[in-house]
Amino acid sequence: MALDPSFVGRSYPAASSYQVGREKIREFAEAIGDDDAVYRDSAAARAAGYPDVIAPPTFAIIVSMKAQELLIDDPELGLDFSRVVHGDQSFTHHRPIHAGDELAATLHVDGILSKGGNDMLTVRCEITDGTGVPVTTARSMLVVRGPEPVVDQ
Amino acid sequence: MQIRLTRAELVRYAGASGDFNPIHWNERVAKEVGLPDVIAHGMLTMALANRLVTSWAGDPGAVVACGVRFTRPVVVPDNPEGALVELSAKVAKEHDDGTLLIAITARTNGQTVLGKATATVVLT
Repeated sequence: MALDPSFVGRSYPAASSYQVGREKIREFAEAIGDDDAVYRDSAAARAAGYPDVIAPPTFAIIVSMKAQELLIDDPELGLDFSRVVHGDQSFTHHRPIHAGDELAATLHVDGILSKGGNDMLTVRCEITDGTGVPVTTARSMLVVRGPEPVVDQ
Repeated sequence: MQIRLTRAELVRYAGASGDFNPIHWNERVAKEVGLPDVIAHGMLTMALANRLVTSWAGDPGAVVACGVRFTRPVVVPDNPEGALVELSAKVAKEHDDGTLLIAITARTNGQTVLGKATATVVLT
């Protein structure tokens, strides 16, 4: 069953803020195999002009995915997550995320397009700091695969 | 740049990113949804693509935007060889505001796995 197009324009604010921690940034940098000092060493980060260790450019996916869960779990949308494929992803950073940030996130449903039996769901997560100043805009396109065609025997 | 991804890297990235989708660690589930085997998180491939840019720029904070399309999955078999991701990048354009658009290519087994992979870098 195709996704309900009336969902376009809905927004889902995250229930609580995401506390960016040094250890999580280090863990993420380790996981992507990047040993850059600004991800791991506060003194090096400050010497580079940052308030503390900064996060790699794709780190915001952690916050964005958590916000996306509100939409994916919305029973009214009726989304079967096992049929979801990540189609594309982008980030616009208004400034680097750093340890100590308290990030608020709101997920917006920007588009639902049905094409060839699949639905393409475009969402935008606006991530702001504790005072509402924009930090990152994360955009995702999720492909929701339609049912497999039935082959006549 | 060449980066090898084995199942161990996928487990580590799952923990670090909070993405525990079993298609990234469980072969039975991956096959049930029609994949040939476990595949890497698209976002891990995107992160690797950006590593090339951040190390070239010398400052990860200089990446003000990045985007990719996930065109093909990176299949990671359960063996020590895993998947070899080959990355290259070039400056595609200089914008009027002085930022540079970098175009990144990511391939495994000779096939591209990311489409329209770009990063925008501000140089100081």
